[in-house]
Amino acid sequence: MTKKTLKSYAVNLIAVMLLYGTMVYLSESGVLSRYYSGILVLVCINIMLAVSLNLTTGCLGQIALGHAGFMSIGAYTAALFTKWLDLSGAAGYLGYFGGLILGGLLAAVFGFIIGLPALRLKGDYLAIITLGFGEIIRAIIENMQFTGGAQGLRSIEQFSTLPVASGICIISVGLLTALMRSRHGRAILSIREDDIASEAAGINNTYYRTMAFTIAAFFAGVAGGVYAHYIGILGAKNFNFSKSVEIIIIVVLGGLGSFTGSIVAAILLTILPELLRDFENYRMLVYSIALILIMIFKPSGIFGRYEFSLTRAITYWVDVFKGKRKPFAALRSRNNKETED
Amino acid sequence: MQNIPARTLDDLLVLEDKRMVDFIQQLINGLQIGSIYALVALGYTMVYGIVKLINFAHGDVIMIGSYVAITTIPLLAAFGAPSWLCIIASVLFCAFLGFMIEAVAYRPLRNAPRLCSIITAIGMSLFLENLAMLVFSPNPRPVPRIFSTKPIMVGGIQFTFNTLLTIIVSVSLMVAIQFFVKNSKTGRAMRAVSEDFGAAKLMGINVNRTISLTFAIGSGLAAFGSVFYSSTYPLVEPMMGSMLGLKAFIAAVLGGIGIIPGAIIGGLIMGVAESLTKAYINSQLADAVVFGILIVVLLVKPSGILGKNTKEKV
Repeated sequence: MTKKTLKSYAVNLIAVMLLYGTMVYLSESGVLSRYYSGILVLVCINIMLAVSLNLTTGCLGQIALGHAGFMSIGAYTAALFTKWLDLSGAAGYLGYFGGLILGGLLAAVFGFIIGLPALRLKGDYLAIITLGFGEIIRAIIENMQFTGGAQGLRSIEQFSTLPVASGICIISVGLLTALMRSRHGRAILSIREDDIASEAAGINNTYYRTMAFTIAAFFAGVAGGVYAHYIGILGAKNFNFSKSVEIIIIVVLGGLGSFTGSIVAAILLTILPELLRDFENYRMLVYSIALILIMIFKPSGIFGRYEFSLTRAITYWVDVFKGKRKPFAALRSRNNKETED
Repeated sequence: MQNIPARTLDDLLVLEDKRMVDFIQQLINGLQIGSIYALVALGYTMVYGIVKLINFAHGDVIMIGSYVAITTIPLLAAFGAPSWLCIIASVLFCAFLGFMIEAVAYRPLRNAPRLCSIITAIGMSLFLENLAMLVFSPNPRPVPRIFSTKPIMVGGIQFTFNTLLTIIVSVSLMVAIQFFVKNSKTGRAMRAVSEDFGAAKLMGINVNRTISLTFAIGSGLAAFGSVFYSSTYPLVEPMMGSMLGLKAFIAAVLGGIGIIPGAIIGGLIMGVAESLTKAYINSQLADAVVFGILIVVLLVKPSGILGKNTKEKV
């Protein structure tokens, strides 16, 4: 490990800890009311969902329409687990984390089962098969006794406070970013760029496709678990096709392939509707028009494939202060390059 | 099972008798809903065949068609005209809508990556659903009687005029479309465009016009489907199209997407499978069974029942 990467790790670790500290402070000191910290928890959940979907749709380039299905598996598993344990306090939290992992793992198993055969199919067929899978999960949950059926699952202990949810969100995003920076991530990107060429270059396409799909399912499951313990009541209706579409909208708006974009878009699209309550009836109408317009005029979304890097930003601004560079010159040229692509 | 309130005719029949007659009855119900699926699936399959796009908005065209029907029926009644004339208004409006959808949303993206077109199609579908919610309110609306529902008894099996009409009209439309695509000049142009977009253009075929026409015909067929559907299940709501559209799409995939006879076979299989599941397993699980069929088909033979396997080229 070079000195440069070590330094970069240290900087990022400090930044993350500062961010997390702020979250903890904001919720513990009572600066944020219950309502606002609730919105922030939802932001965290949406970030996890969007970033994990971005792994399949943005990085792998396979459109998946059943993300809500994986989310529901995680949500129900985690909720049933904590309800079965029925603990409170510190032990309760331990059970809660166990439940999240269990939910994520079960979602990953389903992701694997669906992904292994389905990923042989590409594009449209994958979209439809994932959609079908999401609907099957919903129908099964609605008809099972132990999931509470159509009445839903009630009185789930609300463990997902802001510090917990933001911590899990930061860890998830960190792990996914680390994955995409590794050679596995580059293999996934190469499949997106040209699957035949990547296969020819010796990359095991099926393995990496299934891996990306399974990992995305895992994090969707974890996000579902966090959601279950935030909202307190689960109904199969919460995880229908519209939920999957909502996550896709976040990913598309932020930029397919950009985790930074997914995070920003998740924050925007969670907070904006809360601010514009009167506007509620028009929300989905505006979303749908936005989706079409983005695809026609700027299919790369807000950020394209740009990823924010703290170390890069710091060195950049240090250079600007030293007078070595003009501010934003690089950004302009990068944008130009993107439009040429 | 006992707690499920009987909502539709099918459910009532399920609760009433459980014999062989019932089985045939269910089969006929299945054929009825199946022929509606087949009509809608034709639209999907034609559009997919020609532009390689899953037109997610197709299901919502059905919904709009039903709303057009229920708004024109009172007008027709005011003029003393029979209410089945609403089918004309519905077909014309939907054909125009299909044309507009293609022109506004899909044409600018014709050469864009596949992912973009799918997302646009989802966006279009959401747009139509939410527009309908604003214009017509999210509450379901009852449909006035369009066709006579007087039962006709044949050997203990009950038909309604509606059922017979649905099956007969759908089958005739399907035959007509097949004939049109196979034998007319425009139909040949459609097949040429779906075979090779660029080459068709070079042969002097007006590609844009052909695609617009395909969308219009597909949506017109969907409007027929929508009127028959609402005369069978007389409630109209903004979200009714999404499930119906999905099932029709699955029917198209089941038969082999892009192949017109495939859509018909797929639609009928889906209808019968759904009807039998509702009758003999669990009416709530019908959707799961339908999607299960899709997954099995895609895994065993992704090109569908009548589909041919194509090799991937570099």
